[in-house]
Amino acid sequence: MPNLMSGSQMLLECLMREGVECVFGYPGGVMLPLYDEMYEHPLRHVLVRHEENAAFAASGYAMATGKVGVCMATSGPGATNLVTGLVNALMDSIPIVAITGQVPTKLIGSDAFQEADTFGISRACTKHNYLIKSIADLPRIVHEAFYLASTGRRGPVLIDVPKDVLQSQAHYSPVSAIHLPGYKVYTAGHAGQIRRAAQMIWDAERPFVYAGGGIIASGAHEELKRLVELVDTPAVCTLMGLGGLPSSHRNFISMPGMHGSYAANMGMTKSDLLIALGVRFDDRVTGRLAAFAPHAKVIHVDIDPSEISKNRTADLPIVGDAKRVLQRLIKALEDLAPEAAGRKAEARRAWWQQIRAWQTEHPLAPEISSTEIKPQHVMVEIDRLSGGEAIVCADVGQHQMWAAQFIRFNRPRLWINSGGLGSMGFGLPAAIGAQFACPDKLVFAVIGDGGFQMSIPELATIASHGLPVKIVVVNNGYLGMVRQWQHLFYNNRLCAVTLDCFPRAESLAAAYGFPGRTVDSPADLRPALEQAVSEPGPFLLDIKVSPEENVYPMVPAGGAIHEMILRPPQPVSVPK
Amino acid sequence: MLQTISLLVENKPGALMRITGVLSARGYNIDSLTVARTLDPALSRMTIVVDVDPQLRQQVIKQMNKLVNVLQAIDLTEQPAVAREMLLMRVRAPMESRTAILKEAEIFGARVVDSSIDGFALELTGDPEKLEEFIDIMRAYGDIDVTRSGMVAVSLEPRKLRLSPPVPKADPVLEDPIRKGA
Repeated sequence: MPNLMSGSQMLLECLMREGVECVFGYPGGVMLPLYDEMYEHPLRHVLVRHEENAAFAASGYAMATGKVGVCMATSGPGATNLVTGLVNALMDSIPIVAITGQVPTKLIGSDAFQEADTFGISRACTKHNYLIKSIADLPRIVHEAFYLASTGRRGPVLIDVPKDVLQSQAHYSPVSAIHLPGYKVYTAGHAGQIRRAAQMIWDAERPFVYAGGGIIASGAHEELKRLVELVDTPAVCTLMGLGGLPSSHRNFISMPGMHGSYAANMGMTKSDLLIALGVRFDDRVTGRLAAFAPHAKVIHVDIDPSEISKNRTADLPIVGDAKRVLQRLIKALEDLAPEAAGRKAEARRAWWQQIRAWQTEHPLAPEISSTEIKPQHVMVEIDRLSGGEAIVCADVGQHQMWAAQFIRFNRPRLWINSGGLGSMGFGLPAAIGAQFACPDKLVFAVIGDGGFQMSIPELATIASHGLPVKIVVVNNGYLGMVRQWQHLFYNNRLCAVTLDCFPRAESLAAAYGFPGRTVDSPADLRPALEQAVSEPGPFLLDIKVSPEENVYPMVPAGGAIHEMILRPPQPVSVPK
Repeated sequence: MLQTISLLVENKPGALMRITGVLSARGYNIDSLTVARTLDPALSRMTIVVDVDPQLRQQVIKQMNKLVNVLQAIDLTEQPAVAREMLLMRVRAPMESRTAILKEAEIFGARVVDSSIDGFALELTGDPEKLEEFIDIMRAYGDIDVTRSGMVAVSLEPRKLRLSPPVPKADPVLEDPIRKGA
């Protein structure tokens, strides 16, 4: 005998069946029937202080666990406030489901109070979206949404639910199958292509692994390590892929791209075979495409067929899930190994010598001073406390690049940042999501003073739940990355980048009822961070760093990645 | 360069918006678009003619195939295909030119679908070039009003349609220790 349920009850039942433990949300008029049902429901609801942060927190939760993050908002302004978080999740392939309230179906299109065309607005912000017109469709749509968010190339899915659908009643029966005939998920990869890839890899003289967020999404980190060791090839992880290969691994050559290491960018430029795994040849990685890896053949493994040959033509495309494909590729490599492994030994030795020479020539070395706190110094100290094991949620800007350069990640899902969209205000709410997902882990929110001031309302969420997030504000009093570009490319005509009147950290934190501390001398840096970590609850550190520090190396936008600015302006060009 | 895209799509709200979104997001202007249901009323066939940079044609097709509501998107631009368009035209025809207009219509194979003292309504089907020629000629006879259907096309090669089968829904509740205990 099926149960008679309201739309609200049915929605919660479906969430429970999807294994959802916690949702991040903000209520409002049309969502009242759902929130009323949550009054005595075991599902945990975390009240954020702005809807955008609900989407970011759900994303932090999803990135820390690999599970689907869930956020909720009301109709109209609630839904429109989700937009940035949805686009961020779309760009970084983060599995989240957003549930928005909508005005009753009869009022849709009448400019009703708090009405917005959420279905239309979110079309371009999501992998897929739904407007539920009848309670009969509700269970199917909710389960489809979770399936779409968490399979194939992950991404955000939005469900818009009118108030009357939440209130109406129907008999509930569980959904037994998902039927989406037009939704193709490619997993295993083409056997022939995989065999050819193995041959190409053994035949290469200067192979180079370029691994990205796809490694993290598919949980292919063990396979990546095995591949890199089996073939003994240098490897880089992109900004989204950090932790895919342990940062302390001897074959790891740091991050490539605009602020990547010299060895990473030179390695790609001189390589004769790029093994691209779960990456999308983003412009921040490739620089000027025409000059990117000019000598390399490209093996491109990606789950999304539309990524293949989008930016760089793949010589050997493999459409599939990174983990499955790598498992089979490793097998194919092992099968060929007895006769193929030593074939290019001489060239491979020379390749490694060259890589090591580049690393020694221009290492990624942090700036450290005894008179002022260099921002890189902050990262080195965080790295010391983390030991490659803490979760670090970064915001967007200079500090994000320094964190990516100097904090090591020995596991996947520790480095959480906004890569593709580069959305300021991401770091603090993402840390909230990550800390809810991993209550026993040390979570740092490493944020610039700009992004922090976009997220201040969430200090209340942190305080209210006593979340032990360690908030580290890397404070240079500027919108640092914008200042850096104005400095380098606009004759230092600094316009609208000065952030004065930063609140005193001690007072601000105290106002929310937790400790804070301002640090302005290098000698205090380590003790202050240690104090923050030893506190059982949240802690706010405002670290006044040298204000005019720039991120190097740097590839100017549109430049070739081997033409890096390694130090304050003196372009280094290496002949091909 | 004009690209002809043929799509088989689920007949669902928002499907059209998703497909045109792939084009409008890149600032491409749609030359013509037709949609109608297929033998299976749950599906629609769509023909889009759009001006796309030649090197991006493949990417556009891939992006469309990625949409959940799209069962198949194919590029017919350089494939064996038949493309036709229909035109309805109202032409003002004073007594002295009526015979000449009917003669031109006959040459082009246009049918007269309405006749009045003021003039004719004509219907013509053909490839777009033929329609253009007809319009040019009829202009010489005076004021005309034209409504074109946009191009419909059919591939001359059978296309294998690959659809995803239903995926059984695993019920995580059963594996979840917290709820199992409850």
